[in-house]
Amino acid sequence: MTRPPDDAAREGDISRRALLASAAGIAGAAALAAKPYRLLAQGPAAVAADTAAVVVPPDPTAVPGLVTSARGMRSPFVDPTRAPAGVLSGASFAPLQDLSGTITPSDLFFERNHNGVALVDPQKWKLMIHGMVERPLMIDLAQLLRYPTVTRTYFIECSGNGRAAFRAPKPEMTPQQVDGLLSTAEWTGVPLATLFREAGVKPGAKWFIAEGGDAARLSRSIPVEKGLDDALLVWGQNGEPLRPSNGYPVRLLLPGFEGNTSIKWVRRLELSDQPNMSKDETSKYTDPIPGAKARQFSFLMDVKSVITSPTYPQQLTDKGWWPIRGLAWSGRGRIAKVEVSTDGGKSWQPARIEGNNLPLAPVRFEQMWQWDGKAAVLLSRATDETGAVQPTRAEFKRVRGVGTDYHFSYIRGWRVESDGAVKFEAEV
Amino acid sequence: MRRVVWVGLVVATTACNGARVQSPESRVESHSAVGTFGLGRAPTAEEIAAWDKSVNPTGKNLPPGQGTVADGKLVYAAKCAACHGDAGQGAPPVYPQLVGKDPTDFSFDNDFKITHTIGNYWPYATTLYDYINRAMPLTAPGSLKPEEIYAVTAYLLAANGVIAADAVMDARSLPKVTMPARERFVVDDRVGGAGFR
Repeated sequence: MTRPPDDAAREGDISRRALLASAAGIAGAAALAAKPYRLLAQGPAAVAADTAAVVVPPDPTAVPGLVTSARGMRSPFVDPTRAPAGVLSGASFAPLQDLSGTITPSDLFFERNHNGVALVDPQKWKLMIHGMVERPLMIDLAQLLRYPTVTRTYFIECSGNGRAAFRAPKPEMTPQQVDGLLSTAEWTGVPLATLFREAGVKPGAKWFIAEGGDAARLSRSIPVEKGLDDALLVWGQNGEPLRPSNGYPVRLLLPGFEGNTSIKWVRRLELSDQPNMSKDETSKYTDPIPGAKARQFSFLMDVKSVITSPTYPQQLTDKGWWPIRGLAWSGRGRIAKVEVSTDGGKSWQPARIEGNNLPLAPVRFEQMWQWDGKAAVLLSRATDETGAVQPTRAEFKRVRGVGTDYHFSYIRGWRVESDGAVKFEAEV
Repeated sequence: MRRVVWVGLVVATTACNGARVQSPESRVESHSAVGTFGLGRAPTAEEIAAWDKSVNPTGKNLPPGQGTVADGKLVYAAKCAACHGDAGQGAPPVYPQLVGKDPTDFSFDNDFKITHTIGNYWPYATTLYDYINRAMPLTAPGSLKPEEIYAVTAYLLAANGVIAADAVMDARSLPKVTMPARERFVVDDRVGGAGFR
């Protein structure tokens, strides 16, 4: 592979050229064309423009801009949206291809609900800790906010993420459709260990049963060690209260565990000597494997990565340098390395990991690639700090079985056609 | 001279810290009641009973009452069939199939199209009571009375061939029901490191 000219002086040129040519920009313009924005005649009327009727002047230097406002809004050229599927028992997929860095804007953070988004009055919210504890505890939100807090960056991923791409792959799938049940936020809350100490967990308590205050009263049994380790009760997400679809006012957050265990709208924690065997830890969220068995309490999210650009529906416009960018993460800690292949897995090159590498949070990776105008298959393969490596799809099928139901952690691929079109490539 | 000043500073700082009240955050003893933050209160027995409805495989929290398969068929027709079908066939993927014995060999890893039903997949009968009481019907969760839940649980277990058509489900009988797939579930053995599992 040719080395990119990525010294600081020239990188700016590459980036700008890539940006100008990027399909993201083309998609943005297309979205704009489909919206009722209009070009404003120059003049004082521009000053009156508000968020209800955004106008785009032909020359922003020739007229005053928008007036100050109470709430910021996205540029009319930028319109990322989640992709909802299902209604009450459903999910909305985050637009991974539209995001930069590692944090997911809160309104684009994926959601998975088991009977709708509960709307909870914070004045009425209470948390009860009971069962095998010395001092059963009932606290309200004002009281929860008085405990010492921590702020941490963690991903949440649904263990069903990637199911559609595994079972019914189509070339016309975006990163959002392939792996959009992954999002990351900076969370603020109270270590669950603090509240467990307040309540006094009795010896012999091996599990805690966490239950939400939603219409599904979603319930999962969690090993008590996780509660004493890094579990949090969070109310803050990216600098503001949780969004309702992420559990406002308070959700459990279990770093590295499958998303459904981070119970939203949490209201009850029961310490117990055994798991509850609720529907969502028996009938659902269990993993059939070869040998006529199913894994149960398969909490940890496997190491994974996905290229977010170039991907469908992007179009490479010309030969030359293009950045291959993506996300890599693991439920077992930090990412140790990410490798990229541009020849369908015949050879691999290490990708540059950008910025902070936090445990249980995604990293951005990037690899500059000189496209020669020929068809190519782009892959990414992540390794975490335990040495776990993403398997190929074939190995995944062999080890887990084609009928397995969760934790689809195999290598994802993207095919670049000779005309520059990019498609999802399942069979890699 | 400078050395003396430093010693003095250290002593003063230590004294200051010693006098400061330590927050309960610094506790290490997890079972100690000493030095809690003192926030909140104990829930009342009524508050615990109102929220703690979890029914585990021991039958904990199963209420008085009972239900028959015949009564359950009526409850099912009135409360469940609109979504899950008149015979529990469901309308996948939104409304799961509930009834089905096959495959009996738990060969789900071979084909994702094989539907997981109560009869071929659920490991515990108590989960039916727990889940129906918790979350069903979808549009009116928590609305069924214990007799209705026992009855519809009996109907679904009988329809899956797990219990006899004349069986009665109550707090004593339900935990004794052994599900066909009971022994199929294993502890997660993924451990990280090299070697994909």
